[in-house]
Amino acid sequence: MTMLDQTQGLQEDVTDLGGRGSVSDYIALLKPRVMSLVVFTAAVGLVMAPGNQHPFLSFISILCIAIGGGASGALNMWWDADIDAVMSRTKKRPIPAGKITREEAFAFGMVLSFGSVLTLGLVANWVAAGLLAFTIFFYVVIYTMWLKRSTPQNIVIGGAAGALPPMVGWAAVTGDVTLVSIALFMITFTWTPPHFWALALVKNGDYQEAGVPMLPVVAGETATRHQIVLYSLLLLPVGMSPYFLGFASAFFGVGSAILGLVFLGYAIRVWKVREGDAAKKAAMSLFKFSLFYLMLIFAGLLAENMIGPV
Amino acid sequence: MSKQKAVLSEEQIKTRRGRSVALAVTLAVLVAMFYVVTIVKLGPGIIDRPL
Repeated sequence: MTMLDQTQGLQEDVTDLGGRGSVSDYIALLKPRVMSLVVFTAAVGLVMAPGNQHPFLSFISILCIAIGGGASGALNMWWDADIDAVMSRTKKRPIPAGKITREEAFAFGMVLSFGSVLTLGLVANWVAAGLLAFTIFFYVVIYTMWLKRSTPQNIVIGGAAGALPPMVGWAAVTGDVTLVSIALFMITFTWTPPHFWALALVKNGDYQEAGVPMLPVVAGETATRHQIVLYSLLLLPVGMSPYFLGFASAFFGVGSAILGLVFLGYAIRVWKVREGDAAKKAAMSLFKFSLFYLMLIFAGLLAENMIGPV
Repeated sequence: MSKQKAVLSEEQIKTRRGRSVALAVTLAVLVAMFYVVTIVKLGPGIIDRPL
């Protein structure tokens, strides 16, 4: 073996040990787009909560919730590297792309999980920290490791993890869980199934190939369309619940009713149009509107709490 | 036993430097953050304490 061969062999060994990921690859592990939703909904919970928290502590609390959410994303990618490599939507993620090893992603996710929970406990309180720990546990262990590959109800139950951040934000100020924070939780929880099933209708082939038992794969597209309409019907009153429970104005009540009806309209369109590209387009339109819906509902609550009811 | 030193490629050196800088910045931010959090949480009590 020549010296050159030995050097090349060593280079390959070093490559196998990892160490190739750039800073942006590590940021990608945190799922920044999901993180932005977490930050936004958690901030709404925090702003709505009664009590006086120092703005700097509020900022750090939101940062901890964001990092905790990102850590869940990294641990999700650690576990799901095999199916991420198969699906077109996820195959460019850092692990399947060969930029970060699974071990690196696991270590990164664990350090951030413990760091964010402990810091939130010290900065805010241990109820909020416990809720954040539960959020990470629920997303990684209950959803990613257990439900995702075993039941078509995966995102219905797993959606709880994505719905918890406003409760964590609320608890960071008050140290408790109340009806208001549960109502905020319920909005995202009810919104999640139609949102993800709309995407699943478009990406059905991907999930099928990866062996993920999403509802369209297991129960068929027709059953999925029924479920989308049912959950959209349920979302209408749940989206208005802040008004019914008396912590949002009538203006919010009317606004959320209109948004809920438009959501339902998109869902009915998905239910009606079932063939070809038009069906995929209808599902994609619902998916996009659902993001807009959630943003506006939480933005409305945020605005009412910051500038007062209209 | 002879020790062989691993040879990193240019790309690996570049990404390692990037990660090192990011870690250094993160640590500096954490130090500053915990300092400010301590001041904010203790408030005036930081001076008024038994020595």
